[in-house]
Amino acid sequence: MTVASKPPVKPGWSFGVITPRVGLNIAVVATLAAVPAYAALTGNTFALTLFTRVVILAIAALSLNLIMGFGGMVSFGHAAYLGIGGYAVGILAKEGIGSGFVQWPVAIGAAALYALVVGALSLRTRGVYFIMITLAFAQMIYYVAIGLDRYGGDDGLTIYHRSQFDGLIDLSNRTAFYYLCFGLLLVGIYLVWRIVNSRFGMVIQGARSNERRMRAIGFPTFRYRLVCFVIAGAMCGLAGALLANHTDFISPAMMHWTRSGDLIVMVVLGGMQAMFGPLIGALTFLILEEGLSRLTEYSNLILGPLLLVVAISIRGGIDGLITGRRGG
Amino acid sequence: MLYFFEQFLNGIQLGMLLFLLAAGLTLIFGIMDLVNLAHGSLYMLGAYFAATFAEWTDSLLLGAMLALAATAVTAMALEVIAVRRLYGRSHLDHVLGTFGLLLFFNELVRLIWGPAGMTLSLPPEMLNAVEVLPGLFYPLYRLVIIGVTLGVAVLLYLLVMRTRLGMLIRAGASNREMVGALGVNIKLLYTMVFGLGAALAGFAGLMQAPILTVQIGMGENILIAAFVVVTIGGIGSIRGAFVAALLVGLADTVGRTFAPDLLHTFLSESASSSLGRALSSMMIYLVMAIVLIARPEGLFPAAGK
Amino acid sequence: MAEVLLEIEDLTKRFGGVVAADGISLALPAGELHAIIGPNGAGKSTLIGQLTGEVVPDSGRIRFGGQEITSVPVYRRSQLGLARSFQVTTLFPDFTALDNVALSVQAHSGHSFRFWRKARREAQLREPAQIALARVGLAERAASLVADLGHGERRQLEIAMALAGGPRMLLLDEPMAGMGPEESARLVELLRALKGAITVLLIEHDIDAVFALADRISVLVYGRIIATGDPTTIRSDPAVREAYLGEGAADG
Repeated sequence: MTVASKPPVKPGWSFGVITPRVGLNIAVVATLAAVPAYAALTGNTFALTLFTRVVILAIAALSLNLIMGFGGMVSFGHAAYLGIGGYAVGILAKEGIGSGFVQWPVAIGAAALYALVVGALSLRTRGVYFIMITLAFAQMIYYVAIGLDRYGGDDGLTIYHRSQFDGLIDLSNRTAFYYLCFGLLLVGIYLVWRIVNSRFGMVIQGARSNERRMRAIGFPTFRYRLVCFVIAGAMCGLAGALLANHTDFISPAMMHWTRSGDLIVMVVLGGMQAMFGPLIGALTFLILEEGLSRLTEYSNLILGPLLLVVAISIRGGIDGLITGRRGG
Repeated sequence: MLYFFEQFLNGIQLGMLLFLLAAGLTLIFGIMDLVNLAHGSLYMLGAYFAATFAEWTDSLLLGAMLALAATAVTAMALEVIAVRRLYGRSHLDHVLGTFGLLLFFNELVRLIWGPAGMTLSLPPEMLNAVEVLPGLFYPLYRLVIIGVTLGVAVLLYLLVMRTRLGMLIRAGASNREMVGALGVNIKLLYTMVFGLGAALAGFAGLMQAPILTVQIGMGENILIAAFVVVTIGGIGSIRGAFVAALLVGLADTVGRTFAPDLLHTFLSESASSSLGRALSSMMIYLVMAIVLIARPEGLFPAAGK
Repeated sequence: MAEVLLEIEDLTKRFGGVVAADGISLALPAGELHAIIGPNGAGKSTLIGQLTGEVVPDSGRIRFGGQEITSVPVYRRSQLGLARSFQVTTLFPDFTALDNVALSVQAHSGHSFRFWRKARREAQLREPAQIALARVGLAERAASLVADLGHGERRQLEIAMALAGGPRMLLLDEPMAGMGPEESARLVELLRALKGAITVLLIEHDIDAVFALADRISVLVYGRIIATGDPTTIRSDPAVREAYLGEGAADG
């Protein structure tokens, strides 16, 4: 699933159309599909929990990759949409509205709305100013959440009943929930693939590449980037709703700025501009985090410098390593 | 009225601390074009070093000086070993790399000093209240902070405006390539600038240690505020950092204190309390948003580049 | 007499103490190929900047096709049919030559809020792009990445991008800069073929090309037009000789 019409990169090996990158993607998808079976067989429910989290955060990272990898909009406040989506579910649940058919559209809509406001104000700025202003907007919503005493404030709020989809699916069934998230992820990847290669996607990529030229040839770039930003926010809002259901809990910590940092790490690790990059990045990051925490109580002593090494040396993320393309 | 003036002084004090952090950030940003998320870690180290050395030497002054030196040395070593490899790369790489450093330092501090945090006590005279205005008593140490940091600001101004190093700094801020072409040892200049920024951050950390906090993660919150200050003031401008720091310090303190009361005039007690708290935390971001809309490059953008 | 397509009225722009544009006035009839020559620093980039909308004039007016465009944004001017090429090549480096030009075509084919169909498969975009590439002589290089194109080829791509949207007028900012003799000759032929069909404002240093192509020439010195006329008149104007052509200049 290459994006730009670049001449095919010659990897070290390949079986016909199965390049190393396609091979990896298939392997990852196959592994993820098998997780519930594995969990059932070995009784290792933790694996199911971990991979559900991987899949959900992969959706969030996917939405960030859309604006960051393809659009060049480095948002340091993307976790805000996770939080908004989650809080929509949590707040509605507490107020007695338990139907997923209401909660999830509200989650998506609220996230989209906030993205519209943030985007409208931030997209006039560029570079580091954009990074800072998106960070600031995420901090704002973080503090609003802390101030919401009725919904737990700083301590957070437990969700007693997951979103109801009567007759369709029971989200408290962990396996069913896992496959729902996994399915949504695959649908999301497909949608992003279509968007990126469409006329709209061409404008977004062109604006990332050379905005001055885009305006010179006649594109009002601002409105396209804003729409892209809103789409990403909406998608992340959905991930937030999923996350709230997964943890049965919402708290301001969901949108702490270090969460936004984690998302950026996932996107970069997996390879920006690669369709399955966010999934691979989320998988790598969370497994690394989990593995390191079992190795040592002080896992960041290793993770921290590792991120630095990645930033210094590897261009194109893990995807770049595989395809041999070093174009960050 | 007196209460307002007391909060005003608190705002100035916060502003001065922010200035120390922001000045370092804006220098590093303006000259090396480096987005440094680990700047708050140097602030944290300054505080931890000060608490530790003060305990060992039984002298606050000696402890402070050693801490300052230790922070600067640590930072310069860090620059030579790792940070300098980030120069010239995209801001995203900077964000990623320095984010890793931030995580690393938080964990390192937890390893060395434990999770509980430390305290740094002042001699009792420092906590005495001084009568600043008739009827208004203000802690002496807080006045010391304001005074000392103003002094540092003046020294910094002299350094940047009157010395050869300062000239190189100003030149580097407006045209990086030219300075290199002039045959100046750029690598050394960058290391020294990084060390200077770190010293300022460490100094802020140790100054606030007795009255605020010495704990893990203390750098994060104030770092964001410092970035806001740099953005408002204009990247590369120390003068801008000064003005913006005072603005932000005042906005935050005064906003925090009076927002609930202001809202109380037309909202209920509980609503104005929660909304007031939320609003006051947002105050500095609102200021930044307003400034950026009017002046997208900040108040005093560095000319040239 | 053809109607006036571009009308510049008393355009003025100051940068600090420097007067980059000092009351520039010019009227271009449709179909004319008008060249602007002048020494470096004369204000040619500022003029282009004001015409495209990247630079806001301090005073003066610009009319295009009878419509006032002085405060119309950059992208809108392009949509109205005023296309430009850049002096310093500014393309989309990650895309192929065809992709680049197709984007230009896309900008002029309605809105781009289409999220589904693969843009690279749309004949409506690819075919005009292919044609534009052929016109500038880059047909065989359509699938090459910009990064793999030579300097001269990138200059040609610049022109193709400006042409692809079917503009009424071309603003060409030193298109021959860095081109070899063969490529320059080809560009001269292309421009000659366009004459009459598209109005062209050509900023160039290559005097041979200018005298070969231009219907009229304006000489820009220190932000002012000191002379306007057909090539023969300009060549023999003493003020122009002194200010620009000087001694030992190539005789067109």
